[in-house]
Amino acid sequence: MKNRWIALYVENQVGVLAKVSGLFSAKSYNLQTLTVGTTEKDDVSRMTISVMADDATFEQIKKQLNAMVEVIKVIDLTSIPIHMKEILYAKVSGLDCAGKTEAFQIAEVFDQGGNVKIVDIGADAVLFECTLTERKNNELISLLKTRYKKLEVIRGGAVAVESISSSCR
Amino acid sequence: MALNITGRKLFVKALKEEGVDTIFAYPGGMITDIMDELYKTEGIRVILGRHEQALIHEAEGYARATGKTAVVLVTSGPGATNTITGIADAYYDSIPMVIFTGQVPLHLIGNDAFQEVDIVGMTRSITKYGVTVRNREDMGRLIKMGFQVASTGKPGPVLIDIPKDIQTVSGSPEYPDHVDIRGYHPNESVHIGQLKKAYRLLKNAKRPLILAGGGVRIAKAQKHLLTFATKMGIPVTTTVMAKGVMPDDNPFYIGNCGMHGRYAANKAVTECDVLFSIGTRFNDRITGELDKFAPKAQIVHVDIASASISRNVEVDVPVTADAKIALEKLVEYAEPMENDKWLAKIAEWENEHPLGMPNTKIGISPQTICEGINEVFPDANIVTDVGQHQMWASQFIRLNKGQEFITSGGLGTMGFGFPAAIGAAVGKPKKPTVLITGDGGFQMNMQEMATAMTEKIPVVICLFNNANLGMVRQMQQLFYGKRYEITDLSAADGKYYPDFIKWANSYSCKAIRVTKAEDVVDALKQARKNTAGPTVLDFIVSPDDLVLPMVKSGTPLSEMILK
Repeated sequence: MKNRWIALYVENQVGVLAKVSGLFSAKSYNLQTLTVGTTEKDDVSRMTISVMADDATFEQIKKQLNAMVEVIKVIDLTSIPIHMKEILYAKVSGLDCAGKTEAFQIAEVFDQGGNVKIVDIGADAVLFECTLTERKNNELISLLKTRYKKLEVIRGGAVAVESISSSCR
Repeated sequence: MALNITGRKLFVKALKEEGVDTIFAYPGGMITDIMDELYKTEGIRVILGRHEQALIHEAEGYARATGKTAVVLVTSGPGATNTITGIADAYYDSIPMVIFTGQVPLHLIGNDAFQEVDIVGMTRSITKYGVTVRNREDMGRLIKMGFQVASTGKPGPVLIDIPKDIQTVSGSPEYPDHVDIRGYHPNESVHIGQLKKAYRLLKNAKRPLILAGGGVRIAKAQKHLLTFATKMGIPVTTTVMAKGVMPDDNPFYIGNCGMHGRYAANKAVTECDVLFSIGTRFNDRITGELDKFAPKAQIVHVDIASASISRNVEVDVPVTADAKIALEKLVEYAEPMENDKWLAKIAEWENEHPLGMPNTKIGISPQTICEGINEVFPDANIVTDVGQHQMWASQFIRLNKGQEFITSGGLGTMGFGFPAAIGAAVGKPKKPTVLITGDGGFQMNMQEMATAMTEKIPVVICLFNNANLGMVRQMQQLFYGKRYEITDLSAADGKYYPDFIKWANSYSCKAIRVTKAEDVVDALKQARKNTAGPTVLDFIVSPDDLVLPMVKSGTPLSEMILK
């Protein structure tokens, strides 16, 4: 079992998301994340999907997706250079002054050129806004879990695009 | 610029352009406009069934008998939900079909309106494509797309949901000749390199075997398979869905393999060194325990759906191709092989355990009935329901004249047989149609007797009546200590309902009860003479008769229960 990534171009129509996600539930495939958004073409959407699967199951998933009339193209992102980011909001509350200072320090250490920020603050709370790779987000969340009792995490799911000449996953 | 027309007019125009001459329909509030348009239309026969599930099975029988894409028209809500079992059946057996459902007007969708259901959502996992026409201008394109998708590649059902207001609103009269679908490219060629590799493997085998599935029939590649196998001298076994693709009297045909396959065929699968499989998805009823399936063989798998390849059985040489395209090429390569020793071995297995039923204690042996059908109806399309009778038919019915063996293979839908037989007879009125059914499955759709009588459809209904749900009872008999829970259909006092003769007579249908083996052929001959409508032959058989050989679910093909 391994984490794998697929990008899908699909018809931007009613029911297509249900059809794609229905495949995963109907056949008991282990869907991790699924994001969908429009593209430069009004009638085409792009999905980024991550699944946990062994080699044979992953081959099946790609073939099953390819067989769908509404799926225009399937791209396996698992082992090609890509840029991948996930948006993450983490709200930490119940903080004293030292806690807040530490939150800012954490943000500073994780930040790589403006992609981790504290965008909101109150008497006892701060809000992290991060655009990191999924793995970096995981690391940040595990750290916040060890440091703070009151933590709220909202993750957007990853989006990915094939690289031009550099990569980041 | 041509004048605009209503959606209902475009609907009928589309059917005409698709060459549809028969549809299976049931009325309802959300298709009254389309029905009204059909009233004004010449040249389309509308078969009014008595239940929407039956309509789908009728359409399946029609599609199987004619090779054409079948068309069903039902209303919204319950009319649509009633089709679901049938659609699933058509999906699993790859039947080309377009189902039109009425829908509440656009502005009511989502309101839980009267007779509103999300039928496209409900059937998403059992259709090849499904869509609600939300815009009158899309209607022509979507209907064309439906017919294209249903009939090409690996065929299957397509559902097109048409809201009531779309049927009446005016729009473009255009019905396109062809639609480009950017996400749909059915395989229309074969990788020659892979095919040659597959051929070489087969040619160098010591114990080669061809396993043909329903894909060979769907691709209309029966003749090519026959030429290929006989030219090379390779034995052929089939799945239930492929019964009939090889004539039963061909010396290279060794019968069905799988759960109730022939002893020799299952032995051959187990002992072969190259298994050349074509047009099968290696269903669990065919393979038995997967790890011990064809354990000595290198496996070639030719299938039109790449998703079927290496899904259940790991394959050595995959070939994604339509069976006919592949076999056309293979026939070109074919050179005779020296397989006498291997063929003799298979013949030896056949002699060890030939197919055959022991003498029955009560009533008539199912084998005797099947042999009677072979004698009186050597030219008939054979349709079955689901259960013991289906497997006996797959074992004992002999098809030598290119007839169809129409059965519910993938889903195993009880109630399939009778309506499917009606549909097959509608599609091929000049060919006799014999239904082999059980008393359990027959009761699941026997309201269709009214359809058969009103449409004067001469289906010969051979009811294998053992007053029990035999296939499950067989499992209870063999594996559950004969604890016959809810498989006996008789009342506590032993009385059986209904009396099928009186029941049939209430429809003015000819019906004969047959209790003795010596009367079988005569009864069948009488039925053959009755071409004015259906005939019921109520054959009394024993509930203790078993379908054998049997491979218990999840065990290897080599471990057959033989008595």
